[in-house]
Amino acid sequence: MYTFRKGLKDGLPIGFGYFAVAFSLGIIAAQAGLTPFQGFLTSLLVNASAGENAAFIAIKENVPYLQMVLIMIVSNIRYVLMSFALSQKIAPKTHMIHRLLLGFFLTDEYFALAISQDPYCNPYYSYGAISFAAPCWASGTALGIIMGNILPPRIVSALSVALFGMFLAIIIPPAKKDKAIACLIVISFLCSYLLSRFTTISESMITIILTIVISSLGALLFPTKGEKHEE
Amino acid sequence: MKNNIYIYILVMTVTVFLVRVLPLTLIRKPIRNKFIRDFLYYVPYVTLSVMTFPAIIDATDNPFAGLFALIIGIFAAYKNLGLFKVTVICCISVLLIEFLF
Repeated sequence: MYTFRKGLKDGLPIGFGYFAVAFSLGIIAAQAGLTPFQGFLTSLLVNASAGENAAFIAIKENVPYLQMVLIMIVSNIRYVLMSFALSQKIAPKTHMIHRLLLGFFLTDEYFALAISQDPYCNPYYSYGAISFAAPCWASGTALGIIMGNILPPRIVSALSVALFGMFLAIIIPPAKKDKAIACLIVISFLCSYLLSRFTTISESMITIILTIVISSLGALLFPTKGEKHEE
Repeated sequence: MKNNIYIYILVMTVTVFLVRVLPLTLIRKPIRNKFIRDFLYYVPYVTLSVMTFPAIIDATDNPFAGLFALIIGIFAAYKNLGLFKVTVICCISVLLIEFLF
């Protein structure tokens, strides 16, 4: 019980951050035609900022279901890495139900909390954080869909960059230490701009193509040395 | 014809669940292939970059407000201000520019 409460406390700042970002995600969801309930349901079940952003854009483009599968794989493939890393932080005897639950709620923030524990992550600590932050994420999305139409355009315009602010906060600090990442970010910005302005390829397709091409290029041009993978 | 949003949500949920859970439950050995490891290492940064730009300048009413938020956001993130502060600073940048022009 103590572990759960400690998780809950550490989950407070995550929950507030989630709420703001989910709100901005809700504005995008509204443009894709989702109702507040559908937005709530999506956020409750999917728990992924970049993934949901890509998915809402795809829904707006009315893409085939199979393409949606591809988009979800590409925009969430970083969780494969985290899932590997997390598997090392879960005590070997841990029941399958805990593995499934921790996997279901695997996000950048919960991951950071989980791996900060020593030597193994106690699932109940994670559940404490999740019990506050996950409802924030889901209700933030629903509220974004509702309020996106009510708030003055100036405010909506300002809030709509919250999601991108969060992306920057994730990608920029590692780029300071790793010049290869910095270089790939610049290449990504450039290619993304060129493809979106000078071709008719859809936004979700651009994400898939560029992620595969540029990441492969990165792996070929800048092979990592040793243990850079433990984030 | 418009596709059904609930089927989209189902497809999203199942796919993302499998992506997160399969390595955690099935694969217990680390990946040996160097190329795949490096590829996976770079993927998050590339995906997030591609989704950020030019989307950020299309999101705001005034594209320059978005561009300004991008530059300020990069600077704030470079200073390690953390997720929440960077997010708020980006929003305020847009408010400021759109209020001034």
